[in-house]
Amino acid sequence: MNFGLTDEQQILSNVARRFLDERAPMSTVRDVMESPEAFDDKLWSAMAELGWLGLIIDDEYGGVGLGWVDLAVLLEETGRGLLPAPLISTSLAAAAISDFGSADQKGRYLPSLADGSAIGTLALLEDGDVLGPDGIALAGVKEGGGYRLSGSKRFVHDAGVATLFIVPFRAGSEILFAVVQSSAEGVSSQSRRTMDETKRMGDLTLDNVLVAPDDVLAGPADGAVALARLFDLAAVAVTAEMIGAMDRAREITTQYAKDRIQFGAPIGKYQGVKHPLAEMYVDVETSRSLLYYAAWCVGEKPDGLPLATARAKAYASEAFTRIGTDGVQLHGAIGFTAEYDIQLYLKRSKWALPAFGDAEFHYERVSSLGGY
Amino acid sequence: MDFKLTPDEEAFRDEVRAFAKENLSPEARKSSGFLSNWLKAVREKRWVGFNWPEAYGGGGGGIMKQVILKEEMAKAGAPPLGLCLMGLQWVGPAIIEYGTEEQKKSFLPDILDSKYQWCTGYSEPGYGSDLASLQCKAVRDGDEYVINGQKIWTSIASWSKWMILLTRTDFNTDDKHDGITCLLVEMDSPGIEVRPIKNMAGGSLFSEVFFDNVRVPVENLLGEEGKGWAVTVSALAHERSGISEVAGLAKQLDEVIELAKQATRNGRRASEQPSIRRRLAKADTIIEGMRLNGQRFLTRQLKGEPLSSETSINKLHRAFLAIELGDLSLEILGNASQYLGGDETSGVDQNLWPNGVLDWPTVVIGGGTPNIQRNIIAERILGLPKD
Repeated sequence: MNFGLTDEQQILSNVARRFLDERAPMSTVRDVMESPEAFDDKLWSAMAELGWLGLIIDDEYGGVGLGWVDLAVLLEETGRGLLPAPLISTSLAAAAISDFGSADQKGRYLPSLADGSAIGTLALLEDGDVLGPDGIALAGVKEGGGYRLSGSKRFVHDAGVATLFIVPFRAGSEILFAVVQSSAEGVSSQSRRTMDETKRMGDLTLDNVLVAPDDVLAGPADGAVALARLFDLAAVAVTAEMIGAMDRAREITTQYAKDRIQFGAPIGKYQGVKHPLAEMYVDVETSRSLLYYAAWCVGEKPDGLPLATARAKAYASEAFTRIGTDGVQLHGAIGFTAEYDIQLYLKRSKWALPAFGDAEFHYERVSSLGGY
Repeated sequence: MDFKLTPDEEAFRDEVRAFAKENLSPEARKSSGFLSNWLKAVREKRWVGFNWPEAYGGGGGGIMKQVILKEEMAKAGAPPLGLCLMGLQWVGPAIIEYGTEEQKKSFLPDILDSKYQWCTGYSEPGYGSDLASLQCKAVRDGDEYVINGQKIWTSIASWSKWMILLTRTDFNTDDKHDGITCLLVEMDSPGIEVRPIKNMAGGSLFSEVFFDNVRVPVENLLGEEGKGWAVTVSALAHERSGISEVAGLAKQLDEVIELAKQATRNGRRASEQPSIRRRLAKADTIIEGMRLNGQRFLTRQLKGEPLSSETSINKLHRAFLAIELGDLSLEILGNASQYLGGDETSGVDQNLWPNGVLDWPTVVIGGGTPNIQRNIIAERILGLPKD
């Protein structure tokens, strides 16, 4: 029994925090989030050099070959710094190809994801925003050994910068996964600004796009099961960023409560202020416990992943919502200004709430997985 | 990160499970000497005081196996490992840490053998949450201390043989934590009067205890005179560490879920109502969060790092659940929940629930209210200024 980070994971965490403090402080975050795609080439290259983009990609395909607990450690740091970059998206695309691609497909796609020359993302949702096989209406029309796809995917993270999309579609009673390149004929994507200015999301439109047979992921025995796993991995990744962000929001607010003097004392002396801060700590630490167990399940206990993920995302979604709101409220009027950083964390909490399932969705899963 | 047990730990877990299966069978539970047989059997295994030193009759076991033992016993719905709960939880550990050799020899075996009960004389009428300001006075007189004052909310005082008592021997200290002295007091000493207090659930678990020139021999001083606060800090920390409580909570939640599956509300099963489902799922999630928090604390203990205020996290969760599970059971049962003896026509055995709804203060207020837990986190962990 050991529920702690290894020395290597602690180093990864420290290096990430130092890098983000130096290369992506909040002033840089604010500059990057103003850019059309909330994306910075130089930062992306530096992340590739650090091995972050291929962290969970096998070393034989140019990655570092680490696991999901390590990825969670890294995402906690990028979440803490609100780093605007498609790191989650490209990691999830890499996970889909690693889990469900043939050796040939891994060899073709993964090295370019690891070195940052390609940016991947999942394009799972359609109209209706249904997280599951019932949400997949896009139907492939057989042509040669491959398929023609026409339709739209919605709420695609980082749609504007992604060059490679993992696209589930129906083929008869099956669900298959196409790897669609942004450069292919008939493919267009636009991202839109979201409530959280550091994030982008949008539509992928497929107009009679031809998917070659070897661009259909070869691996999954059951497409619906594979889809469920991708949704779980995505929820784990988003939750890992949420933990870092909510912990930082707690820190910022705690510091403010120590500095701000009213009625002759720092406001953190008053129980009306210190108790919500204590609750934030309880929420962050409990979210963190639930999240790391889910991340551990990814590699070590796959059949425990759905329930562990549902618990982590449900709890963290509620917790971050409270922390975001309380964070701004405890600052008073200054928290409402664009100048103060706490508002950016409130916005992140709003962005993270529905991402890959909100509290309502995941608590319902906890119920049904619990057998009632 | 690794949540798996070692082969040695797995073997121990299997041993505990097999023992529980054998000794807790329906037939065994029905037998007349069930409880005394149980206490004898676990004592022979040295599972009472599992982590206490072997020299004092304990099991000399490590933290990890202690957790496995308690968790498996909670899952099996076992009776306690020994009836002297306060003795096992904090009086014994405090005596092990601060006691003289004579005190250890005299008190520890009796605690392990469930011979009699200990009670805890901490809270006073004016000093509950602000415990360190306590005023119960002890004055040294030759080979004795003479005690005058009052304690309150003293659980099981009316049937305890001994009390671990906090007194003040020095009223002129700069820091209120200094000058506190811990004494071990026999409850039938002349001058002690115990008055039970009836609680809102109808029981009389706690009492007021009055001390009128009560004489306690000096050899019953625990630790040093004036340094009694250290004894309580260690004792209270012990009280809050409980990972095994989580298994008990999970069992309790299973019972509420079963209730929801059986009860009909507004024309359909309670377990099909979305709002009930969400509350059950949230309780499940918090319990799992507590279990995992506990494993993080345990990991630190196994590494030899001190545990302190962070255990207040689970204390707060537990307080929430103690109230929530009771209230949820009321919504599931509707009017049938109100009969204290249960309602035979609804076909659900639910007389547990109205009692649970009324006796949560034992868990929620005892050992420090939720607001005190929040103060502890805010001041000791987050570094916010004291009130």
